[in-house]
Amino acid sequence: MQGLIGKKVGMTSVFDEDGKNIPCTVIEAGPCVVTQVKTEDKDGYNALQLGYGDKKEKNSTKAELGHFKKAKTTPKKMVVEFTGFTGGEYKTGDVLDVNLFDDDTWLDVRGWSKGKGFQGVVKRHGFRGVGDQTHGQHNRERSPGSLGASSYPSRVFKGMRMAGRTGNNKVMAISLRVMKLIPDSNLLIVKGSVPGPKGGYLIISK
Amino acid sequence: MNLMNVVEKEYAVTNNFPEFKAGDTITVHYKITEGNKTRIQQFKGTVLQIKGSNHTQTFTVRKMSGSIGVERIFPIASPFIEKIDVNKRGRVRRARIFYFRERTGKSARIKERKY
Repeated sequence: MQGLIGKKVGMTSVFDEDGKNIPCTVIEAGPCVVTQVKTEDKDGYNALQLGYGDKKEKNSTKAELGHFKKAKTTPKKMVVEFTGFTGGEYKTGDVLDVNLFDDDTWLDVRGWSKGKGFQGVVKRHGFRGVGDQTHGQHNRERSPGSLGASSYPSRVFKGMRMAGRTGNNKVMAISLRVMKLIPDSNLLIVKGSVPGPKGGYLIISK
Repeated sequence: MNLMNVVEKEYAVTNNFPEFKAGDTITVHYKITEGNKTRIQQFKGTVLQIKGSNHTQTFTVRKMSGSIGVERIFPIASPFIEKIDVNKRGRVRRARIFYFRERTGKSARIKERKY
């Protein structure tokens, strides 16, 4: 699985050749620096470790600084390993940019969804709530209802869906069509939406 | 937003439509494909609002079809818009004239803007 690390820039819409108005997401994909090359002999598997997004030196540990110094680059915020770069065509310090992707192909984009805080079951699990404001429903319009039966099993089953922290999950948007590449500014325009806020980090893979 | 500007430049609208504002009366010549035949439909009405910016900009046109009001929203970058004619420049004080929806008859007149 070859890929790059990127950042969500925002959304827009464009007309395609059929005249359809297509909702699109703009992603800044790369430039990513190869921070480590993992090989079969040394690490047991082939992979490239890519770094993206600068961070301050004072916010990095000494171990990180040493690691990035080896690749002759500044400390990176996000470091992700990609398999699929099997050949030895890359070495540490190389820069990969959006030209890795081709126009009119399909990509998968992984990211972290927006955090929604502590939410009830209606928002969190799609429960329908009570569905009525009257007929004896005093204050439970969005309540989850019963959690289970009584004397058997005398407990609440594990995994019962309840209220709680919502969002900020790892989410993958699959098979997004590449609408356009703008290599000059490392921009990638894909059809549809991707998880997370503007400026959120994304892992884009072929 | 800097990178968004790059995208806007990439998709910049190239059509040369005349400038119009809310309150103007315009005719939109809209291409309609039926089967394999293409014809042009005209939609003449008052511009209620212009929304958005750059290639995602849209405008709303309202016309009275008999006694029923019909509103259509056109994207400015739509490839189906053949051309736009400005029939009358209207003098209104607002950028969005939603109050116009409640007006009928004599009160639904807009003064013409003279230069």
